[in-house]
Amino acid sequence: MAEISAIGETGQRPHTGGPVLSVENLSLDFPLRTHILHAVRDVSFTLERGKTLCLVGESGSGKSVTARALMRIVDKPGRISGGTVTLNTDGNPLDVTALPDGSKEILKLRGGKIGLIFQEPMSSLSPVHTIGSQIIEVLRLHRDMSKAEARAETIELLRQVEIPKPEEMIDRYTFEFSGGMRQRAMIAMALACDPDILIADEPTTALDVTTQADILDLIKRLQTSRGMAMLLITHDLGVVAEVADEVAVMRFGRIVETGDVDTIFHAPQHPYTKRLLAATVKLEEGRKAAQGGPAEWSTPILSVREMTKVYGGGTSWFGKVPSALKAVDGVSFDLHAGENLGIVGESGSGKTTLGRLILRITEPTEGKITYRPGPGEEIDVRALSKDKLRDFHRQVRLVFQDPFASLNPRMTVKQVIADPLVVTGGMSGKAIEDKVAHFLELVGLDPLAMERYPHAFSGGQRQRIGIARALALDPKIIVADEATSALDGSIRSQILDLLLDIQRQLDLSYIFISHDISTVRYFCDRVAVMHKGKIVELDAAEKICTAPEMAYTKSLISAVPSPDPRHKRMLHRHRFQA
Amino acid sequence: MAMNRTVHIQDETGPAVTPLKPEGGREEMAAAGQWKLIWHKFIRNKLALVSAAIIIVLYLVAAFAEFLAPGDPSASRPQYTYAPPQPIGFFVDGGDGESRFLPHVKGYAVEVDPESYRRTFVPDDEQIVPIGFFVEGAPYKFWGLFDMNMHLLGALDPTQPMYLLGTDRLGRDLLSRLIYGTRVSMSIGLIGVGMSLVLGIVLGSLSGYYGGWVDTAIQRLIEVVSAMPTIPLWLGLAAAIPLTWSPLQVYFIITLIVSLLGWTGLAREVRGRFFALKTEDFVTAARLDGSRERRLIFRHILPSLTSHILAVVTLAIPTMIIAETALSFLGIGLKPPVVSWGVLLQDAQNIRTVSSAPWLLVWPAGAVVVAVLSFNFFGDGLRDAADPYES
Repeated sequence: MAEISAIGETGQRPHTGGPVLSVENLSLDFPLRTHILHAVRDVSFTLERGKTLCLVGESGSGKSVTARALMRIVDKPGRISGGTVTLNTDGNPLDVTALPDGSKEILKLRGGKIGLIFQEPMSSLSPVHTIGSQIIEVLRLHRDMSKAEARAETIELLRQVEIPKPEEMIDRYTFEFSGGMRQRAMIAMALACDPDILIADEPTTALDVTTQADILDLIKRLQTSRGMAMLLITHDLGVVAEVADEVAVMRFGRIVETGDVDTIFHAPQHPYTKRLLAATVKLEEGRKAAQGGPAEWSTPILSVREMTKVYGGGTSWFGKVPSALKAVDGVSFDLHAGENLGIVGESGSGKTTLGRLILRITEPTEGKITYRPGPGEEIDVRALSKDKLRDFHRQVRLVFQDPFASLNPRMTVKQVIADPLVVTGGMSGKAIEDKVAHFLELVGLDPLAMERYPHAFSGGQRQRIGIARALALDPKIIVADEATSALDGSIRSQILDLLLDIQRQLDLSYIFISHDISTVRYFCDRVAVMHKGKIVELDAAEKICTAPEMAYTKSLISAVPSPDPRHKRMLHRHRFQA
Repeated sequence: MAMNRTVHIQDETGPAVTPLKPEGGREEMAAAGQWKLIWHKFIRNKLALVSAAIIIVLYLVAAFAEFLAPGDPSASRPQYTYAPPQPIGFFVDGGDGESRFLPHVKGYAVEVDPESYRRTFVPDDEQIVPIGFFVEGAPYKFWGLFDMNMHLLGALDPTQPMYLLGTDRLGRDLLSRLIYGTRVSMSIGLIGVGMSLVLGIVLGSLSGYYGGWVDTAIQRLIEVVSAMPTIPLWLGLAAAIPLTWSPLQVYFIITLIVSLLGWTGLAREVRGRFFALKTEDFVTAARLDGSRERRLIFRHILPSLTSHILAVVTLAIPTMIIAETALSFLGIGLKPPVVSWGVLLQDAQNIRTVSSAPWLLVWPAGAVVVAVLSFNFFGDGLRDAADPYES
């Protein structure tokens, strides 16, 4: 925290009292071909110096577009249809909504008065310019600095956002930065003109949990030291609880409830807020564990031994290729019948590759997979022929992450779910239709919808269709690869509960791959933590989440934002140096 | 913040919308397949829609050429060489000062320039050639099957001249020749593209699905083929066609030559799509469902490609038309007596003709331009609509 005092003088601002920004009855319309979408309706809130307002809502609730309206960067055909946005940074109130499009004042306001941090730092930074030159450009445009001054200031900014060796990093390109570093650079750019207001639009959604903790920590400290007002947009209630002072809950373009963070979390008024909170999975609670599995597991249904996948590294015409990457490195585990095994790790830890190796979508380099469909039966999965592998795929199914990419948009729901049945053969059209209807009901969809195409369904509904397809062949094991990551919070818990319900009815085992530790805790009996291709710890979910043993697991668990403002976890978390 | 504390306890059922049009299409769109969605997207592009209409008209003209043409395209009348286009008039002076409705064209009078002795035709106001719809004229075999002599438009007396677009060097009716030329020029595009399509899809699919050395081999082949300079190659191949062959045989050989070089772009497009689709989750899902390779390709991958292929094909047809026109214009493609737009343009090769009979250049060239532009706009619209699932 030493650098805070060093930049203290930049925090001096004319203190005028009152809010720096007040939004009153803001409404935004999107005239579409067949209808007008009222994306934002009568939204009012205020931002105050040194305070953070969190705008929470699920996707499509209008939170991002609200924030963009403050800077007048609403995408066409959207337009502000009513309300005022008053900016008061120096005692002269300025109505942002009244400024003409593309005027000098608006250009000055963007970046100058209000800084914006986007969700995806890769796409918001130019790939063909160095990080430094992009920040220098902002400084020269907004603050009329000479080249040398701007460069010195840029190095100082990069130091403030804790990028190591800023003198060297200033000349690096975007692709040479990791995700977290890019987001830091993005923050430096947003801060370049010393804005009064910082808008952070899902700043950590694309980041790993430990990086997320670092970035949130940094944003929070910079905000306090500079005395900025902050508007943070997020769908993650954990993040809200960690950083917010005030919270506004948005739904279908309206703010349904506002209040200070403690009230929202501990005495919510609106039923939607209550539902949202109830749907949040907490690290401390697990539903699967509460059901209680058998104390002693029988023989494992699936055993993986010393699984290794090496990418590259073979010999080529020019001799050995030096850079071999061990994506999965000697992983062993057992899956018991009726068990939910979670595999957790950050991006690049090899968890998705592991899932694909088990199904042999990707061929393993080394290792052994043994599948035991019944007592006494043993199948060596790696030795299976193409035809036998098809049988194996009937019993071990995969649920995909992206519900939009995993359903063929050109087939009706009936065709999608029936496809595995048709391929297996031996069923009449009527029997297939009955079965499809049965599975649709099982996953909580109306069987009458089977003639529709996937585009008529929402993300959560599509994921249900994907699950129905996986169930169609009476599988024994389902590998769920980030099956709930693309979904909103409330939908996510519905899908998790659905999977657990189905398990109770159909005697299934799950391998649940996820980056989200809270979800895994909710869903799984045992958890394997992966790091750099290796399993660092494998134990009961409760033990991993409450009393982890390995240093890496500790750092991972402690970085998970806690959805309770009274128990902030990130502030005193463990750090892991690998 | 205190003023905002008011809590709205009202249950929202969905995003707020104000319909602009009567609702009801929702249910229908939910069960709409890809072609329906493509159509919905396509009709929003008005330019493409108009182009599509023009293309349909052109093909109708090609199909009913014998009926639509006022005369026989090869019948020459030496007394009317380089006769200029005649305008259509609707009223004639009845002699008693009142005008009378009678569609007609004016006949020709010959004027001789006293200095150069060049003969030119001027409209003769005295000669009235009455014209009408569904007149009897030169006999023909419709589609080679039925003997007929009915024409959509023509002079009531077939012996009198009616040249709406003028005549050429041999006194043949340009309008009739243009209409017959449409048949050849528009179909050469289709047949040529059909052959490219087969080559392109087969080689592109193999290349994209299997990858590895198959892909390398096919891609090198494509590069070699597309590196060939087209005009000299056409010249060489066309020169190799035996002179004794009938015009029809030459026609097929020309389409073959043109399509042999035209498939590369299509093959690359198909390969690229295959590469992209092969790794799509829904294809992996189908593989895990137990689909064999054939089912994977024909049931899951190709249906996702058809609309794209269609768009590429539409954009490939105009290149074929241009190629035919260019070859024929140079005198190495189709030769008389076959009539095509390129053959018609041969007459406009020298500047003297262009200055004295500009209609010989304007109309065939105009037809080529309209056809090529229509195909291009139509293809662009189709390409934009080809993937209705991207938003």
